[in-house]
Amino acid sequence: MRWFKPSWQPLLAVVLCIGAGILGPMSAPEAAALADPTATLPYPWLGSKGFIFDLIIVGAALSMMRIPPLAAAFVLFVCGHAAVWLLLSGITGFEGTALLPFYLAIAAAWLLAWRCVTILSELEMPAGPARTLVRLVIPAIFGAWLLIVWEAVVRGAGIPFILLPPPSAIGARIATSLPILAADVRQTIFKAVLFGYVVGCASGFAAAVLADRFVFLRRGLLPIGNMVSALPIIGVAPIMVMWFGFDWHSKAAVVIIMTFFPMLVNTVTGLAASGHMERDLMRTYASDYWQTLFKLRLPAAAPFIFNALKINSTLALIGAIVAEFFGTPVVGMGFRISTEVGRMNIDMVWAEIAVAALAGSLFYGVVALIERAATFWHPSVRGG
Amino acid sequence: MTAPVVSASGLSLTFQTNDGPVNALSDVGLTIGKGEFVSFIGPSGCGKTTFLRVIADLERPTAGTILVNGLTPQQAREKRAYGYVFQAAALFPWRTIEKNVALPLEIMGISPAERQERVRRTLDLVNLSGFEKKYPWQLSGGMQQRASIARALAFDADLLLMDEPFGALDEIVRDHLNRQLLELWARTDKTICFVTHSIPEAVYLSTRIVVMSPRPGRVTDVIESTLPRERPLDIRETPEFLEIAHRVREGLRAGHSYED
Repeated sequence: MRWFKPSWQPLLAVVLCIGAGILGPMSAPEAAALADPTATLPYPWLGSKGFIFDLIIVGAALSMMRIPPLAAAFVLFVCGHAAVWLLLSGITGFEGTALLPFYLAIAAAWLLAWRCVTILSELEMPAGPARTLVRLVIPAIFGAWLLIVWEAVVRGAGIPFILLPPPSAIGARIATSLPILAADVRQTIFKAVLFGYVVGCASGFAAAVLADRFVFLRRGLLPIGNMVSALPIIGVAPIMVMWFGFDWHSKAAVVIIMTFFPMLVNTVTGLAASGHMERDLMRTYASDYWQTLFKLRLPAAAPFIFNALKINSTLALIGAIVAEFFGTPVVGMGFRISTEVGRMNIDMVWAEIAVAALAGSLFYGVVALIERAATFWHPSVRGG
Repeated sequence: MTAPVVSASGLSLTFQTNDGPVNALSDVGLTIGKGEFVSFIGPSGCGKTTFLRVIADLERPTAGTILVNGLTPQQAREKRAYGYVFQAAALFPWRTIEKNVALPLEIMGISPAERQERVRRTLDLVNLSGFEKKYPWQLSGGMQQRASIARALAFDADLLLMDEPFGALDEIVRDHLNRQLLELWARTDKTICFVTHSIPEAVYLSTRIVVMSPRPGRVTDVIESTLPRERPLDIRETPEFLEIAHRVREGLRAGHSYED
């Protein structure tokens, strides 16, 4: 058996296909057509059913041949995704009629993609653009399958649109609502979030340095800071709207309050992070307070400060969106979510959530990249 | 005779701890002249590190007087009279070796051009040329400690205080660094105070060995070395060397250092 190396995902995929074949019709219309051969009833996968099973079985078999791993991954990728594309496009117009064999076929295609990702992640590759590409492809396939399974279950079982729209509908909504989404992003992220984040983080940092310098602030402010950072600060949003009006200023105020205390608490902890020996060393140089601060204590605090910046990047987005629930002009991500859910436009709500997720990940990612560059010396970054 | 670099008399230091007062130093008197290499040896808790920290103004004595270059320790520290080498290298990981050595020079406000020249010279002195752009975590422990010695030498203080600088290194590296330290001392004519708990190291390096004992920390013996200034590593097998080592051991025994 030198030309054959079995692995469990393709084998199970073949078993699932055979099981689906034995069980028979993949949808209710097909069952009806089989029951009454004289009538010409249309049903899903009228001509493609056999081809779908062929794709999965051939792909599974080819992948277990002794071929190069990249070729096996490619075969699995093509067969798995072609099969699932046929399955999903075939059910259009017959939503909610799928039977068990449909889900078995989806699961079989999923197993092929699973095997594909397994092969790719075990691949030994020299550093370079090819490896970077593979590292990006792996989570992309992974994420795509979350959406595929979501799509298959929602459309196969005919889940009401109000409860959960399929990802394709959300994607279509995003594509047709780009100007509205752009206006909302501009209002919420580029005005409220960015301004609030910068001001909140900067003032938290400044307060931490002052608290470090002056004992009465350290003793007085810090315990209160710890307490306030545990409060659900989003509750002050209606008050901020009363103080600063409906426009983005009140949302920025909420973001400032939300980001201030994590930055304060983390920076104060970080300023205490430098070792005794290093501080004694600075003392032997007769270094003054500010020199010790800038040359030793702030660099040593950098990992803590970046931690706060990362926590705050998500907090700021949450704060701005939720604050908009309490009153805004007719633009903004939080405004859109709260009004569209009332108008039963659930796909628009999901579109805003998707945009918020994308913006939040980008924001977090940028901060994390800067962190890697700035604290390259820290064991957690340089690896040991 | 020139004025002493360090002169202490009746020096005592009591730490207030949760378990009651601890006498770290009790009535210590010692004078260290210019160009001497003085080792402090004794078991842990004998106050050898504390004495070094008092010279460096990192601790304040509770009784007695101490003068460093004729000044109080605080004045001497503010005039940057000494370089201090700690038990660990304590290099800043976000700075390259070059920048670490330049750190005291930056703090003292020395111009960038002069800084560069001095860093080059001191790194050459500890045989670390070529490693300027490396980060501390890219070097071995011995090289890190050499870099920290370079940092203490960079601003050219006449007094070098070293607190078990080679304690965490293996014996082979330690031998190597001991020899380099002697060479450096011969070349620069600095006064060195060296804390150690290794008898061979103390005898090999020093012109004078101060034997200390614990509870309370005090000086039990001061041994003048009869070894020549020029010391190859194999001097450690000569009868003269072993004789001095024996006297150090006797001094430790007299201070009850070998008892529980």
